[in-house]
Amino acid sequence: MPSAAPQLPGTRTLFDAGDVARVVDRIAHQVLEKTGGARDTAILGIPTRGAPLARRLAARIRAFEGLDVPTGSLDITLYRDDLRLRGVRALAETQDPPGGVDGKLVVLVDDVLYSGRTVRAALDALRDLGRPRAVQLAVLVDRGHRELPIRADYVGKNVPTSQDETVQVLLAEVDGRDAVLPARAPGAAAEATR
Amino acid sequence: MRHLLSAADLDRDAALLVLDTAERMDRALAGREVKKLPTLRGRTVVNLFFEDSTRTRTSFELAAKRLSADVVNFSAKGSSVSKGESLKDTALTLEAMGADAVVVRHPSSGAPHRLAGWVRGSVVNAGDGTHEHPTQALLDAFTMRRRLGRLDGVRVTIVGDVLHSRVARSNVLLLATLGAEVTLVAPPTLLPVGVDTWPAAVSYELDGALAKADVVMMLRVQRERMTASYFPSAREYSRRYGLDRARMAALPEHAIVMHPGPMNRGMEIAAEVADDPRRSTIVEQVTNGVSVRMAVLYLLLGGIDPREAM
Repeated sequence: MPSAAPQLPGTRTLFDAGDVARVVDRIAHQVLEKTGGARDTAILGIPTRGAPLARRLAARIRAFEGLDVPTGSLDITLYRDDLRLRGVRALAETQDPPGGVDGKLVVLVDDVLYSGRTVRAALDALRDLGRPRAVQLAVLVDRGHRELPIRADYVGKNVPTSQDETVQVLLAEVDGRDAVLPARAPGAAAEATR
Repeated sequence: MRHLLSAADLDRDAALLVLDTAERMDRALAGREVKKLPTLRGRTVVNLFFEDSTRTRTSFELAAKRLSADVVNFSAKGSSVSKGESLKDTALTLEAMGADAVVVRHPSSGAPHRLAGWVRGSVVNAGDGTHEHPTQALLDAFTMRRRLGRLDGVRVTIVGDVLHSRVARSNVLLLATLGAEVTLVAPPTLLPVGVDTWPAAVSYELDGALAKADVVMMLRVQRERMTASYFPSAREYSRRYGLDRARMAALPEHAIVMHPGPMNRGMEIAAEVADDPRRSTIVEQVTNGVSVRMAVLYLLLGGIDPREAM
């Protein structure tokens, strides 16, 4: 998880605000291209930072094509497989996209793709919400170390990391500014045993 | 948080966390065909009920099942308790079977506290004697916040058999924590000794307390606990402390009427008040009870197993 990770001293920013905007633009174009114009599509962000990213993607698609893609958020806390190991977390908002997900092409959005466990939980949560026609995944950063057979359809940037490094995504809606920073994994030892 | 024994166990942050979690739970399942979450899969919740109950036991059972926990219902009738088994032995038996949480209702005040010292799982007080009923207070606070939009500064009038009411006790504690102003209204015979030390105002007269109330909570007259005569007649009680249509009309426009159930219609609350679609939250309270108990079970059991951490 990118939150509260201390930034490595002497390292540079991976993305600044301009890079984040360009990457969101690119992914918006890719979604339009790959979904044939984003019709019958819904964008679902995974809180915390996936939710504002999803809204930004939808806003860019609207700007490019004048098309309103239904947007929602999907809290996956109650579907996590590591609650027993890490303790309870406060729940975030789940908001069905207008029109629901049945028969839609759902694009899941998250900030960082790492072990793949969050996405697995999201797929379980999505199944309880309805039956999408297909599910795709968009992430701002893929930092490797997958523990499950999961891959992203749209990747902002691949950032190879070692196990004790992590990536911190900051978004204006949550953190006051846009940036992607390299950081030291807070529970490096604990995460390695996962 | 390991156990939920008293509403006083919750500070303001913890109480708000329960209410917010309940709100999320409620919205997560609203409008869904499959009302089930996988969160507590593989956990076992035992409902240990030494006293009759319909809504609380069913509510806890539904809450646990919606979180995919396994539920064992144990009622004192038809169990080894009728053969003379003690509370401790019953508890140790359940412990040996691997209960992760015990939801206990008992006619003796303090029984859940004793139980918490004997078992390693979490204990939830579902009502002990005339002492406390914390999840009822939480669902009442949840209902008030939903209807009125806030709890801070909300004026709550609790009317009736305060002496025997665990609901009143837990509500006074929790509402004080959450910043509401509580007034207790009852005949002097139905107020406990030491009520002046509670964080609540006390009045013997209902009519004067209605005009400024945001919430009126009617308590059940608990005849089964009454060992002496506390008031001259049911009719007189009803005339002085019952909520009828005329008194309901004296309430502010936005005020709501609550009752923890089961009701004595015609005694503490008139049927037409209980069924008033705008003011009465009695059915909502039952619905909200499931979400609130899901939140409590999630917060107690969802995390690190205290037995593994020990």
